[in-house]
Amino acid sequence: MNAVAAPLPLSDLPLVFDQVAVRVGDTAILRDVSLRFTSGAPTVLIGPNGSGKTTLLRAAMGLIPPAAGVIRWGEQSGAGPRCSALVFQRPVMLRRSVADNVSYALMVASVPRAQRKARTQQLLDLVGLGSLAERPAPRLSGGERQRLALARALARDPAVLFLDEPTASLDPAATLAIEELVRAISARGVKIVMTTHDLGEASRLAGDVVLLHRGEVVETGPVGQLLGTPRTEVARRFITGQLLL
Amino acid sequence: MPEQTSALQLVLSGDPALYAIVRLSLAVSFGATLLAALLGAPLGALIALSRFHGRHVIVVALNALMGLPPVVVGLTVYLLLSRSGPLGEFGLLFTPAAMVITQTVLVLPIIAALTRQTIEDLWLEYRDEFAAMGVGRLQRIRTLLWDARFSLVTTLLAGFGRAAAEVGSIIIVGGNIEGFTRTMTTTIALETSKGNLPLAMGLGMLLLGIVLAVNIAAWAVKYFGARFEQ
Repeated sequence: MNAVAAPLPLSDLPLVFDQVAVRVGDTAILRDVSLRFTSGAPTVLIGPNGSGKTTLLRAAMGLIPPAAGVIRWGEQSGAGPRCSALVFQRPVMLRRSVADNVSYALMVASVPRAQRKARTQQLLDLVGLGSLAERPAPRLSGGERQRLALARALARDPAVLFLDEPTASLDPAATLAIEELVRAISARGVKIVMTTHDLGEASRLAGDVVLLHRGEVVETGPVGQLLGTPRTEVARRFITGQLLL
Repeated sequence: MPEQTSALQLVLSGDPALYAIVRLSLAVSFGATLLAALLGAPLGALIALSRFHGRHVIVVALNALMGLPPVVVGLTVYLLLSRSGPLGEFGLLFTPAAMVITQTVLVLPIIAALTRQTIEDLWLEYRDEFAAMGVGRLQRIRTLLWDARFSLVTTLLAGFGRAAAEVGSIIIVGGNIEGFTRTMTTTIALETSKGNLPLAMGLGMLLLGIVLAVNIAAWAVKYFGARFEQ
């Protein structure tokens, strides 16, 4: 991966995938994936359904063990994921209020009780949910759920934030709100690694792009280069909207 | 109609003997539900979050135990508590304590099985978020029990309803002794056989009222809790 100059030194980076394979039963989900995620602008994973984008994020978070290869955080070989957070495509809302969802994440992140109320309000204000603090979280709309999930993820004070299709099924206004948040979070020095189907979103947010197909990395590069002058036939077909089977 | 009128008059008169029966019935059923909850809810949660060989057998057996025949439970507890039984030395037979024990045996599988199902469903929903957030095992159990609180209260009320309406087992181990182990259900059975219909019908009205109140409470809890459901 190309590295973009980091605004802050991040001890957890680079995140390195070294010939990683992930299998579920007899099915190979990721094959021989080698990537290096460094600090800087967001890295966006693109590819058709079933290409392994979500699995790659889960493997990076340690939720799925690799069947082969190594995932390294920082310069330490074999180190587990630290200071990272993942927002799922359909985040689950805990059955409590919006504020209590964030407070819970702060509690899990070992933030002292005395600091939680103020931090909760800060995070809710950051994601634009300050006025909905007392609303039951399961009653939020899709876009609001994503923003609350982002606030919960930020409670961990992550150096790397993984976002799985954060704007899938959202209307343009909600998509715009999420994209602005992603930019704001990235500007704070948090490394964003996200998946999307939307090439327009990739071009708006990405510093660099990874194209996955059938569990393999097809092509990587700066967003302008990969979307403008793809080097491989598969990338060219994907970018021009042809179906990849 | 004269029986119904007499029954209503009996209920409204505040007859001390009648309300003593009601108090004992409620005490036995509350005691049994409390004991069953203390044992059954943690057991259900433990089974929900555990994976071990033969777990499916345990789950099926627990579900089957919800349909335990009360008279069989009564007979079993009777044999355990009788003078020649292994627990005979405690002298519990024909006491309210024996009735609490037998109702606990009946209600415990209901609470354990329903808790297991509730916690397991929520666990499947929360599992990935817990893993991503790095929630520890003990905290997971606490969170699941808290977030399932409205469903679990409904479970407790279902258990209480079963206990309050039960007659077969407590008449065996309680003996239906007047002023000591006579409950609403056992009194209804006895007075009906004697032809004393006003008392039986009066208690029947009160029992229906209690069961209705329990169901209204269950509905209210579910209604309030629905605000927090997905």
